[in-house]
Amino acid sequence: MTIRRRMLGMIGRRPGLGVASLLLPGGLWLVLFFVVPMLLMLGASVMPRGTYGGVEPGLTLEHYRRFLDPLYLQVLWRTIAWSGVATVVCLLLGLPVAWVIAASRRHRSLLLFLVVLPFWTSFLVRTFAMIFLLRDSGVINSVLLGLGVIREPIALLYTPFAVLSGLVYGLLPFMVLPIYASLEKLDPALLEAAEVLGARPAARFFRVTLPLALPGMIAGSLLVFVPAMGSFLTSDLLGGAKQVMIGNLVQNQFTTARNWPFGSAASFAVMAVVLVAVMLSLRLRDRDPGERVRR
Amino acid sequence: MLPYARRPRYLRLGFVAIAQFLRVSKSFGATRAVDAVSFEIVRGEFFSLLGPSGCGKTTTLRLLAGFEQPDGDGGDILIGGVSALGLRPYERNLGMVFQGYALFPHLTVERNVGFGLERRGVNGAELTRRVADALITVRLDPKEFGHRRPAELSGGQRQRVALARALVLEPELLLLDEPLAATDEKLRRAMQLELRQLNRKIGITFVYVTHDQEEALTMSDRIAIMDRGRIVQIGSPAEIYEHPRTEFVATFIGESNLFEGENGARVAIRPERMLLLAPGDPRPAGYRFLSGAVEEVIYQGEMLRVLVQVEGNRRCTAALRNEGQLSRPLPWTPGTAVAIGWKPEDSRVLDQA
Repeated sequence: MTIRRRMLGMIGRRPGLGVASLLLPGGLWLVLFFVVPMLLMLGASVMPRGTYGGVEPGLTLEHYRRFLDPLYLQVLWRTIAWSGVATVVCLLLGLPVAWVIAASRRHRSLLLFLVVLPFWTSFLVRTFAMIFLLRDSGVINSVLLGLGVIREPIALLYTPFAVLSGLVYGLLPFMVLPIYASLEKLDPALLEAAEVLGARPAARFFRVTLPLALPGMIAGSLLVFVPAMGSFLTSDLLGGAKQVMIGNLVQNQFTTARNWPFGSAASFAVMAVVLVAVMLSLRLRDRDPGERVRR
Repeated sequence: MLPYARRPRYLRLGFVAIAQFLRVSKSFGATRAVDAVSFEIVRGEFFSLLGPSGCGKTTTLRLLAGFEQPDGDGGDILIGGVSALGLRPYERNLGMVFQGYALFPHLTVERNVGFGLERRGVNGAELTRRVADALITVRLDPKEFGHRRPAELSGGQRQRVALARALVLEPELLLLDEPLAATDEKLRRAMQLELRQLNRKIGITFVYVTHDQEEALTMSDRIAIMDRGRIVQIGSPAEIYEHPRTEFVATFIGESNLFEGENGARVAIRPERMLLLAPGDPRPAGYRFLSGAVEEVIYQGEMLRVLVQVEGNRRCTAALRNEGQLSRPLPWTPGTAVAIGWKPEDSRVLDQA
């Protein structure tokens, strides 16, 4: 409140005008490159398909009806399931990593640097690297063969495992960083207070650390789940033709299939799922954590 | 010997030690934060560790709490007559109030206070009752505040919750780490009085860390003054103020005028024991005088402080009590020549430390 007032004070005597001038550039940008394309897509999703791409005049719900076909619903379910599993795996891997980084004093900057290091290369290159790791003649199979653990290469590439590995690998930093941010703010005196009051290490973790890391865990889960829902590169390169995700379907409709209206309808289906996820996580965040522990 | 009622409270408490430090040291790297410290805390007393920042008082408290382990050089910490070395904080039957309170931000007042009871398996009606009792002890209405979060409380209310959370477990020792450091003057004075009364009422031993000498004087039965990892003097507020043992104590607790006494020893005299006279005034017997000139006159309400420049380019302070004479034009003005004197029996010989 005070910060808000102080910032308003800096803007001048007519805060309404000042705030508006601050919002203008970003607002214009969003309207131009987010709202307008969304409206165009919404329009396209309810218009008949043009023969060579694009749309023709008219109004129809045919594309949404088509999406309810079990074939497409199965792709949507698969996408939700994989994104969910990837989120849970990232949570399980990311929480200890974030905890170690927040707890370490000396190597904190180095560890944080390592977490964001993968962003220095393009996602495409990193996904190709996964191919070299997972394919039949790849690093994992070669090592296992060389050690005599297996006699024939195991199929890793073009499996759900490969897609999940790719998603987890690509999105893990988005889980680690928000959790780290919430753990870093945690006052060590809180853990000491819990210890004097009789909390053993496990109780200190579950009663103090975890509830206070919850906002970071929720933010991280959203940052992993949402991009996973929209991903197409990972499933394309690591999943092959059999492991199609909804992103591949959308991409395909706009390129090869030249069915823009159906692609738009599928996009809105993804958006609906994401919206539900966002609303659920906001409710979870705003729930009374004290009351939850009591139950 | 003094009659019973006039003896200091720690003597009336029977001087049964609840905690003892026996040559305890604690080093961090090459720094010796606590240096072979020995003292005892009397059951039921209000004991303060007082010193400037970095003197080792907080480390001493953390050693007692069990957050730090002493150097393995033979020192020992006894609680209730038994060595506490290796005991975890929750095995020491103590409560602690942290600097900044360390209330759990995600829990309500009720659940903050009940945290320790729940860890000990207390639940249901007994939990509710004991939490409510603890809140009432610190004068918070359980109905009004029980369901609030720490963020919805004022600083003073948070202090009370932190106190209740520590007291609800009925510890033998209550450790307080500068709990009033972040509060404004008026609330601090009120809380000082309240903490003092609480200590007398519930019979729990208080161990209080502070850098504020006035706070320590106000609340404590005994004060241990620390400087650079060592305890330089322990005693009641009056003992320490009237008989400071070293120059550090004489200047850290209140103010002192320091002189070279006989045979080269340093002596300290409190400003309120100084006598200020005009050069021509008749000088009473039994005083020693220095002549000088008034440098500053500082009106402080109940006191008037007069800084006097004496021979040898040194400064002395005389504190005159306001007995009505100060409501007229002030008796001293800067630049006037004065004689400043004291009775030798009011001077205290200091150890060379």
